[in-house]
This record gives sequence, structure tokens and C-alpha cells, in this order.
Amino acid sequence: MKGRLIRRLTGSLMTGLTYGAAAVAVLPLAAILGMLIVKGAGSVNLDFFVKSAVPLGESGGGFAYAIVGTLIIVGLACLVGLPIGVGTGIYLAEFGGGWFGFTVRFLADILNGTPSVVIGIVVWSLVVKPMGHFSAFAGGCALAIILVPIVARTTEEMVRLVPNSLREAALALGYPRWRTSLFVVVRTARAAIVTGCLVAVARVAGETAPLLFTAFGNQFFSTRILQPMAALPLQIYDYAVGPYDDWHRLAWAGALVLIGLVLVLSLVARLVVGRGARRHA
Amino acid sequence: MTDVPAASLEPEVVPRPTAEERWRALRTVSRGDVVYRSLLTLLTLCLPAVLLVIALELLVAALPGIRAMGLSFLVHSEWDAVHDRFGALPLIVGTVYSSAIALVIAVPLALACAVFLTEFAPRWLRQPVATLIELLAAVPSVIYGLWGIFVLIPLLRDHLWPVVKPVLHWLPIFSGVFYGPSMLAAGVILAIMILPYIAAVTREVLLAVPPAQREAGLALGATRWETVWTVILPYGRAGIMGAVILGLGRALGETMAVTMVIGNNHQVALSVLKPGYTIASVIANEFAESVTRLQVSSLFYVGLVLFVITLVVNALARFLVWRVARGSGVGSTAL
Repeated sequence: MKGRLIRRLTGSLMTGLTYGAAAVAVLPLAAILGMLIVKGAGSVNLDFFVKSAVPLGESGGGFAYAIVGTLIIVGLACLVGLPIGVGTGIYLAEFGGGWFGFTVRFLADILNGTPSVVIGIVVWSLVVKPMGHFSAFAGGCALAIILVPIVARTTEEMVRLVPNSLREAALALGYPRWRTSLFVVVRTARAAIVTGCLVAVARVAGETAPLLFTAFGNQFFSTRILQPMAALPLQIYDYAVGPYDDWHRLAWAGALVLIGLVLVLSLVARLVVGRGARRHA
Repeated sequence: MTDVPAASLEPEVVPRPTAEERWRALRTVSRGDVVYRSLLTLLTLCLPAVLLVIALELLVAALPGIRAMGLSFLVHSEWDAVHDRFGALPLIVGTVYSSAIALVIAVPLALACAVFLTEFAPRWLRQPVATLIELLAAVPSVIYGLWGIFVLIPLLRDHLWPVVKPVLHWLPIFSGVFYGPSMLAAGVILAIMILPYIAAVTREVLLAVPPAQREAGLALGATRWETVWTVILPYGRAGIMGAVILGLGRALGETMAVTMVIGNNHQVALSVLKPGYTIASVIANEFAESVTRLQVSSLFYVGLVLFVITLVVNALARFLVWRVARGSGVGSTAL
């Protein structure tokens, strides 16, 4: 029975290895979060949120201009991207059974897989070049393009979770199809759709590459959407690759704020969606 | 009985609809339906239109470069903005090489994680670990880059490399001096970034394996590991392949983190310790500072190449994953 012992030992060994792999996979998350807190927490204070960049050589200064810039650019992206994304998602879930739905679903996955830097140069070519200068508006356009396929696919999933009996009940009561869809089906999935949008927005808020040639960045506080504007990820990038210790310190602090924003959004959304999905099922 | 309203006693004044009229009423769609559906269709058309515009604009902007250099652009390795001579070979090689390193590291780990999450982990541990791994996918790329510059590169250079150097330095892929920013650093960062994607999709694929398969394996006397290795993994082969290719697509197009750690040097080198360049990072680095029209066009040209590569890779991945999941869009819910 030596073979049996070897087989059992192999089983235990491989089981142990999968435990190890899971630990190794989670390790970077812990390492990154830990490092962000160690290096960044000391610099996140009131100044960080209310002050803007100071000239080189002076210490202090904050990221107020970058935080406001990110909010404006992401807000613009939501304004354009969310209606299109949610509309597409509802269409795919309600009417997307045929070849058109199949094609759009496939193209959504292709667009989702398109490198964001490629989207950045295309928006540069279509928006920045004709206008003659970089602008927050162009940045919003680039982020909106990234937002649409993610929102469309999550919305579709969430609307699909609504049980068919609900739809049948509304139709049986004499509701027209559009009212059934909008006021019964979509309304039931509303919370899940909103949280799905939050996850997508969180992901887009951390995007840097598409903003490099669109919003471009700005060392000064600006709220004019037709002018270049700073953004949190852009500023982190600039300061991280720069040569000064003070910049590195601010980059870590900015990264801590950014990841706090992103992780809180996605964690909250995940909890709510998880609960909603269970209730529907 | 006396309280019955007078109206109900009056004879029916509305003529009863004929059968034909009823059928027509059933068949006609209300105006609201038409408006609703057209509006949604209009919104849905935006997505294909945007993709089409992206492809066309890339092509148009790359045209001067394509005219000037043709396909030889793809096999030349010179990148000289002063003399207007451009070649994309180091970029294409670097893109593929860094992604290959990432896959070599990430695939075994991701598969083991997925197996752990679906087969071996205690039930209470599954959801928390799955959520943690998915959160890795939510970390912005620029933060990976920051961490790569200040933590990963010093770790690789000062602690890991001195330990393994005596054993590995004779291998050609580990030759030369290790300064830090390198193909290896880019590969490791990419591996961390694509691991959650591969693990999440593989997990969905393994969850879709019918329980009967698992039970049959166990009933034949196989240990749990043997069931995983001989029954479950082969059953999900196509889907797992799709997951890996999906991860590859992510790695090929990843920009910021790679730009920050790869060293940004136009050269083709076998050693993973040497700095390199990728298509995405050359665009990130040089686009805003391009001087000549040909340089801008060359960057659009490599951008087009990257677009086509990721398009093919993603289409292939979707096809493979869909075949397993029957079009239910596995993976998109997780991420």
C-alpha cells in the first residue's frame, strides 16, 4: 500500500500549495496598503486637503487642486458615460437576445479590453487637437469612454437578476412594456445598478494614462473645464517619478487618499450588491 | 338590493369589440413602447460607434507613418526623433516579453488560488479571500507603479537578487548588471496586477463544472487532489485558457505601472535584468513631447498595433470563456 500513501501525501502537499498560493496572492494587497499607511498617513492632514502646490524649495503644500480636479473630471465622465452605459445595459438585458445584442455585448468586452492609453491618444486627436489645447473636458470624454462598457455590463447583469415573475405580474396587470421595464424591473434593480455604477466610477477615478494627453495636469487650482486641469492620479505620477523627497512624500499621501476613495467605494458597493443578489435569487 | 346604483342597471352602451379588433389591439404596440425602445437603441448604438471611431481615428492618424515606413516599421529597432527614424521592434518585443514574464508568474498562482477558492478552502474562508483578491484588481495602476518604484525594485535588487544570483547568473536571461528598473520588475508588477483577473474568471469556470463530474471522480477512488487534476481542470480547460488570455490582454495594454518600473530604454535584450520598453509606455512617455509629425504618427502607428493585438487577444478570450459559460458573460460580474 505504498502507492496509496504517496497518493495521499501528494494530495496533502498540493492542497497545502494552494493554501500557500492564496496567501501569496493576498500578500501584495497587504504590502501595498501597509506601505501606503506607513509612508502616506503622516502627510495626510488638513493642509493636504485645503492647500495647493507650493513652489519648489518650500515645504508643505497640498493636493486640494488635484482632488477638486479629479472630482470635476470624473463628474464630467459620469454625466456622459452613466446614461449611455445604464441605457445600454437595460437594452441588453431587456431586448438583447438577438444578433444585435450579442454584437454589442461582444463589442463592449472589446472596448473594455482596449488599453486606456490608446483611448487617450484618440481623444487627443479628436478633442484636444481641434481645440488647440488640453482640457478637463477632453479628460472627461476619455474617462466616459472607459466607463460605458463597464457600466453597461454590470447594469445588464443586475437587471437580469430581477425574477421574470415580477415582469409577468406587471404585464398581466395591464402595464405597457415600457412601464413594466422602467418602473418595475429597473426599479427593482435600482440599488444594484447604482452600486455597480459606483464600482465603475471608482475604477475610472484611478485611471492615469488617458488623462496624460487630455486633462494634462495643472500646477494651479482651476475649475475651468475648457482648460488643463490637475487630477489626483496624474499628480501622484508626476511626483512619484520626480527627484525630490518632498514630492515623494506627497505622492504617497495622494496615493493613500486615492486608494481610500477607490477601496471604500468598491467595498461598500460589493457588500450591497452581494446582499441584493442574494435577495433576488 | 335597492342600493344598486342606477348606472349599472342601464344597458351596455359601448359596443363589444369584434374578435378582429381585439387581435389588432393586442398586436399594436403602445407609443410609449416605441419611444422607450428607440431611446434605448439609440443609447446602445453609442458603444459600437465609439469603437468604430477609435479604430478609424487610429488608422487615419497613423496613415502618414504607415505611408512613410510601411511594414518595415515593425522590424526596425532604431528610435531617433532627431533624424525622424522610427522602428517598433523593441517596443513590440518588450510588450510581449513583459507580458510573458507576467503570465509565467501569475498563471500557476492564479490557478492555485481558484482551485483553493472552489475546492479546498473551508467554506467560511472562501468569500473573504475571494473579495481580497478582487480588491487587488481595484487598486489603481499608478499606485502599483509608486509601490514598484519605492518597494518592489529595492526589494528585488537589494534582497532577492543577491540571494539567487550565485545560482542563476550563468543563465543568459539573468546576465548583466541589475540596476533595478527592468523587464523583470515590469513582469512582476504585471503578474500582481493580472492575477486577480485570471483567478476570478477561472473561479467562475470551475464553479460551472457540474457537481456530478466531481462526484464521479471521488466515487472512482480518486483523492480530492486527483479529482481536481484529472477531472475538474481538464473539464474547464477551454474556460481556463480564456481566463489566461484575458489576463494576457490586460498585461499587454497596461501602461502606468509598467512605465514607472521598466526603465524605458529602446533596446532588445534577452536578459530580464535589462531595462526595456513597451508600446503603452512609449506612448505615455513620448506622446506629449513629440516634436515632428512623423513621430506623432509613429506613436499612433504603434498604438494601432497595440489596439489590433489586444482586440484579437480579447476576442479569442471571450470566445473561449463564452463557450463554457454559454454567453452569460462570466467574469464581468466579478470585475
